[in-house]
Amino acid sequence: MAPELTPVLSRGWLDSEPWTLAGYQRRDGYTAVKQALRMHPDEVIQLVKDSGLRGRGGAGFPTGMKWGFIPQNDGKPHYLVVNADESEPGTCKDIPFMMANPHELVEGVIIACYAIRASRAFIYVRGEVLHVLRRLQAAVREAYDAGFLGKGVFGTDFDLDLTVHAGAGAYICGEETALLDSLEGKRGQPRLRPPFPAVAGLYASPTCVNNVESIGSVPAIVRNGVDWFKGMGSEKSPGFTLYSLSGHVKHPGQYEAPLGITLRELLDYAGGIRPGHRLKFWTPGGSSTPMFTEEHLDVPLDYEGVGAAGSMLGTKALQIFDETTCVVRAALRWTEFYAHESCGKCTPCREGTYWLVQILKRMEKGEGTEDDLGKLLDLCDNIVGKAFCALGDGAAAPIQSSLKYFRDEYLEHFERGGCPFDPSLSTAWADGPLSFARTSA
Amino acid sequence: MSNYEHLLKLDGDAAAVIARYPQSGSALLPLLHLVQSEEGYVSPAGIEYCADKLGLSTAEVSAVSTFYTMYKRRPVGDYHVGVCTNTLCAVMGGDAIFATLKEHLGVGNDETTEDGKVTLEHIECNAACDYAPVMTVNWEFLDDMNPDKAVRAVDELRAGKEVHSTRGPALCTFKQAERILAGFEDTRPGAVAGGGAAGHATLAGLLVSQGRTPTGPAVTTEASE
Repeated sequence: MAPELTPVLSRGWLDSEPWTLAGYQRRDGYTAVKQALRMHPDEVIQLVKDSGLRGRGGAGFPTGMKWGFIPQNDGKPHYLVVNADESEPGTCKDIPFMMANPHELVEGVIIACYAIRASRAFIYVRGEVLHVLRRLQAAVREAYDAGFLGKGVFGTDFDLDLTVHAGAGAYICGEETALLDSLEGKRGQPRLRPPFPAVAGLYASPTCVNNVESIGSVPAIVRNGVDWFKGMGSEKSPGFTLYSLSGHVKHPGQYEAPLGITLRELLDYAGGIRPGHRLKFWTPGGSSTPMFTEEHLDVPLDYEGVGAAGSMLGTKALQIFDETTCVVRAALRWTEFYAHESCGKCTPCREGTYWLVQILKRMEKGEGTEDDLGKLLDLCDNIVGKAFCALGDGAAAPIQSSLKYFRDEYLEHFERGGCPFDPSLSTAWADGPLSFARTSA
Repeated sequence: MSNYEHLLKLDGDAAAVIARYPQSGSALLPLLHLVQSEEGYVSPAGIEYCADKLGLSTAEVSAVSTFYTMYKRRPVGDYHVGVCTNTLCAVMGGDAIFATLKEHLGVGNDETTEDGKVTLEHIECNAACDYAPVMTVNWEFLDDMNPDKAVRAVDELRAGKEVHSTRGPALCTFKQAERILAGFEDTRPGAVAGGGAAGHATLAGLLVSQGRTPTGPAVTTEASE
């Protein structure tokens, strides 16, 4: 039997004005932070460690452990930076969360800062989401006015300032050290590690960088307890999370479920693939995670399950493509994205992504040869593990995985001297204006 | 002798931006947004202005401003129209929408219409994949688009009509948007509340968990408009 959906972060999204302080407080908002402030900061870190919460930004690193890495009594200022630079293709969970629940993020920030002894925090939001900025700016102002931020939060002797900071359009700034350089006002390029941000992060001080959903999940864990959280998901991947379904699905959207649910089960909730079509390929966690096919419908979507099947859970961005989609076109477009977003710092990624695009372009036009397939894989080999950061690995993922499952489709392009697909059949309106039957009627 | 006398009126705002950060260098990205809120792009004068405010060289400021795609080297129209052509949106119709708008507006990528109203650009994934294909106007969402809706939206914008973001308030101009990006709140009545809590796709899972059916995008017909 499919696990039940578990709306936790999304529970208030049908309420009246959930983005306001009053709206958030109507559903237990800011009760968790009061509990946390009565605990010792080390106890708060231990609680998050015990919960087993793992980072929701893609890597899955245990959040509590990250907090524990911040050295204490070192005489330096500590910083919390929330990574709200949601840009991994397919990923669309943090933006709606911040739009509907900005105060839950603010509450999580206060708890996290108290735990790691930081009196300055930043939310680094990608710039291209104006309305998220409006909601965050308003929420932070409301929190200051209520005495939840600023001098002596909630009447304690703990001070905290929180700044909402807009980026300016650069996918690489989702990489945490590039984000820190960007927040310091520089070009967003990754830093060599070590030193890790926990030791020398923002302004060379101890810094914790956490994803929006990771920090946003903390109030619920404090409020409901470790056992409640571990009652969902699996032993190594406990808890609930937002799965984002997009593409050729009847009802795309955010589905909050226990970790370990399968795509087959999620598709049941989402009404299945769009009527009259069948699943061809999908990404489990954004375009940087190797693609899956129909044979992976029953893979448990948790960190271990997806890893064992040869991909990564990533951001749980399930981009679904049906049989009308050309996989070469998909791989080419993603590769153009990585080439565009390569920061230029290291040669394998900067040059490699450029040449990958050149070869894929001629393949999609049907002008490639079978030798080009070998050349593509060779280029991928020269990028994976040799680039400065994970962007290079991500760039190779769609190519390597699509060649693994759809080599014949690449060959068909050469044999026919062109793409065998009609792109108009993949569009949202291909089967008529209401082809998705996404209306309530 | 500076070349930015016309930007001196930003001094108060610039000081407020710089005061937000423990180290002034962090103010560069918001200051560049502030420059765009006045100039409509990162002008040579704006680069000098930022450099002087932060004690940087103009080369250092240019190195940063040219790294980020939201900082423009030429004046942007009143409405920056972005069409997502990353894989999922492209497949769902973004490529067709972009081609239609190029032809309809008579401009290429990153070009502005002759009336100075609309700058068209194809953009990368904007984190709204569950509403694909997606467009943005001044970085606000127009969800569940198709070529007809896209043409109608740009026509209305060029005609000076009020157009609303699917999940946000009435669209403001590019310069007004840049002021919000610089960290200053949108003080228009109803701006924060505009668009409500969430769109249909955001709510899909919550509705299903309550035994209800997701609503899908609002269906508009010519007759109902």
